[in-house]
Amino acid sequence: MTQHFDIVVVGGGPAGMAAAACAAEYGKPVVIVDDNLTLGGQIWRGKDIPAAARKWQARLDSVSAHVTRIHGARVFSQPVPGVLRAEQNGRYLDIAYRKLILATGARERFLPFPGWTLPNVVGAGGLQALVKSGLSVKGKHVVVAGSGPLLLAVAAYLQTHGAKVLAICEQAQFSRLLKFVHSIVTDSGKLRQALTYKMQTMSVPFYAGCYPVSAGGGKKFESVTLRQGKRAWTIACDYLACGFHLVPNTELAEFFGCRISNGKVAVDKWQQTSILDVYCAGEPTGIGGAELALVEGQIAGYAAAGQQDKAHSFFEERARRRKFAQLLEETFALDPALAQLPQDETLVCRCEDVPYSVLKHEPSWRAAKLHTRCGMGPCQGRICGTATEFIFGWTAGQVRPPIFPTPLSSLGAKPELIELQETR
Amino acid sequence: MKLSYDAVVIGAGIVGAACACELARAGMRMAIVEAQIIGGGATAAGMGHIVVMDDSPAQLALTQYSQSLWNELASQLPPNVEYDRCGTLWIAADDDEMQEVHRKQAVYAAAHVSTEILDAKALAEAEPNLRRPLAGALFVPSDAVIYPPCAAMYLVECAKQAGATLYLERAVAKAGKGRLVFSDGTEIFAASIIHATGASASRLMPHLPVRKRKGHLVITDRYPGFVRHQLVELGYLKSAHSTSSDSVAFNVQPRRTGQLLIGSSRQYNNEGTGVDQNILGAMLARAFDYIPSLQGLSSIRVWTGFRAATPDKLPLIGPTEDASVFLATGHEGLGITTSLATARLLTDHLLDRTPAISLAPYLPERFACEAAHA
Amino acid sequence: MPERIALTINGRQWETSEGTTIAAAIMNTEAACRTSVTGEERGPLCGMGICFECRAIVNGVPHQRTCQMLCQDGMDVTTQ
Repeated sequence: MTQHFDIVVVGGGPAGMAAAACAAEYGKPVVIVDDNLTLGGQIWRGKDIPAAARKWQARLDSVSAHVTRIHGARVFSQPVPGVLRAEQNGRYLDIAYRKLILATGARERFLPFPGWTLPNVVGAGGLQALVKSGLSVKGKHVVVAGSGPLLLAVAAYLQTHGAKVLAICEQAQFSRLLKFVHSIVTDSGKLRQALTYKMQTMSVPFYAGCYPVSAGGGKKFESVTLRQGKRAWTIACDYLACGFHLVPNTELAEFFGCRISNGKVAVDKWQQTSILDVYCAGEPTGIGGAELALVEGQIAGYAAAGQQDKAHSFFEERARRRKFAQLLEETFALDPALAQLPQDETLVCRCEDVPYSVLKHEPSWRAAKLHTRCGMGPCQGRICGTATEFIFGWTAGQVRPPIFPTPLSSLGAKPELIELQETR
Repeated sequence: MKLSYDAVVIGAGIVGAACACELARAGMRMAIVEAQIIGGGATAAGMGHIVVMDDSPAQLALTQYSQSLWNELASQLPPNVEYDRCGTLWIAADDDEMQEVHRKQAVYAAAHVSTEILDAKALAEAEPNLRRPLAGALFVPSDAVIYPPCAAMYLVECAKQAGATLYLERAVAKAGKGRLVFSDGTEIFAASIIHATGASASRLMPHLPVRKRKGHLVITDRYPGFVRHQLVELGYLKSAHSTSSDSVAFNVQPRRTGQLLIGSSRQYNNEGTGVDQNILGAMLARAFDYIPSLQGLSSIRVWTGFRAATPDKLPLIGPTEDASVFLATGHEGLGITTSLATARLLTDHLLDRTPAISLAPYLPERFACEAAHA
Repeated sequence: MPERIALTINGRQWETSEGTTIAAAIMNTEAACRTSVTGEERGPLCGMGICFECRAIVNGVPHQRTCQMLCQDGMDVTTQ
């Protein structure tokens, strides 16, 4: 059966929560379709969530009469125009919409280096998510590496959960980090957060302009070799938590034909994409953190509900927060030297085990896919596509259904014929 | 400097690659031109089934001959071609179709293609995931599957090793009268120009009786052993025969990787590359009808492609009115199978050698009248 | 105290607390989740359902993304 809603929000992180709460304020039937089991996205996950998360949770609760929540459901296709299809517990749901708000968040960027495929070499946000979902790191030795403000937060989190963090390695140079810190001095919230994390990790050596060059071990990870300038050294540890900042999840937007610019979903002042009635808010429009996501979510929610005046009142804050997004992008831009880390035998595509040696001769992403199987596995190129974009400058091709691997029964099910409704 | 070759092949799909390889090995000074990616058109979109088919005597002759050429080549193919002689099971759902099994066996026997008839029990043992009961099947053990884009790559490499020049990512604006003009205005010359551009053939030659026939395929995650042979319903013939309406048929292929390729669909008058949910749904429903437990398997990708279809289901191989222009297109769903025979026959023709089978049924001139009236 | 959940991982009984994902439970047993196509052992990478490295067989169904699934009493998990 097809369920009908005025406004469908895909993603239940900060942007999606704000969008749904605002859109529902005016009585529009709204649904949040979220692939996680609880709201909050990747950032507000688990028990220890910030006050802002509780505030938005409460705002959503106050309009709960108009907001349906569908959890553990992953949108994977559009069987007919105006209908999304999601998979939930092996079954499918068809959800018809008049307006769509994409709040699909971001994922960590992973870059290949020798040994990165060993078990216990995990994403930085990845390890945090695993600890939030029950992994015990008590007494474990961890090196946190990669790039982005997430590293400090993850290190602090791991410390409070009993791990011993041996080093924090940020690939960005110290001078850029200084500029970053200088710029957030005027933002008391961000500054307080940064200082808190820094205090919590006071005893941990922090290296700037430093990155892992290899992970060692037999079947399991045992140590990481780090490089900072000309110095290289090896640290024995249980986990390497390594992620190179974030990349927007743009697949769904691309699937709907929304214009993508510089890897981000292009939006107008109302957060509307190049496709009429399809809005986008939060990280897919550019990595800017939860605060920007909330502002964009509110604008998208109000605009989709026809409350342009309300949406307009957030423009100033958005402009200010976008400056921070710009700062993030500049500060944590990847060192080109990272593209030289993979050796010939380093696997770049982890699903199909395709080594760097065979990829380096391919002219394009599509050629690599066809000739080497790179990106042909179940992650559909989300990991290796992001990596090869950086290493080789390839751009991924057309996004087709299923956007996520899905049971054949859900893929093939015939959509219900829906009457085209008059749109206001 | 004027670049000139004995022959130039336009299109590095499996057919063009095979032609370039065969002609280069025969000693011709060759060039092969590809606008995009080697093996990136119908070659990448299709299943890679090397199959003997008996729609017509000419089709049987061509597929059988080409399969024998694949057999000769098999031991030289690199591992990434994933050559696997898994055989085909033509599945009979009921007694009527079982009659077709017997008829088909007689035709194959007459052509010296050995086959085996499986009854319901033997079929269930051969493929435990098929629904029961089914009437039986015709097993054709000589059929094989390959991964076509890498086969095209291999053939292009062979051509290059035999001296051929590859012009990659070069679109052709015009070709005829011994001259080929690229879209950037540069040109090369060749005594023979071979059009092997598949479903795009009519872009350069608008009067060719080649139409795009759209197909959909689905691939799953890895489930080794779930299916062991290429499985095709006998009803497939009805569907493949139909030249007008949209149709689907049960056609499942086990890949070396343990993945399953699920087809098939045929549509005319739909030149969009998008996935058509109705036809995808019908195609999968057909597959579930034969293998109910497919429903729970995880699908990774769906894609579409275009077959180069001719009115009589036979390819266009041989000379045209322009003495310098030759065709190697219109292979519809059998381009992978018949690529090697196409290349051999065309080379025989160009070098005036006696071919192993007659080229006559595939000559483009059979449509000459229609083309003239078009 | 959160409720304890009993499940089988690779034929052995394990106990875990409620709200634990299968991926975390597998890691807590120090096992890898899957063997790659060339025979390497692999564990979770992204922790958010994107990378598919945490695939395992859950109650007989292969290719399940265990980082997105909570442990349930009586579950049978086998690494793949």
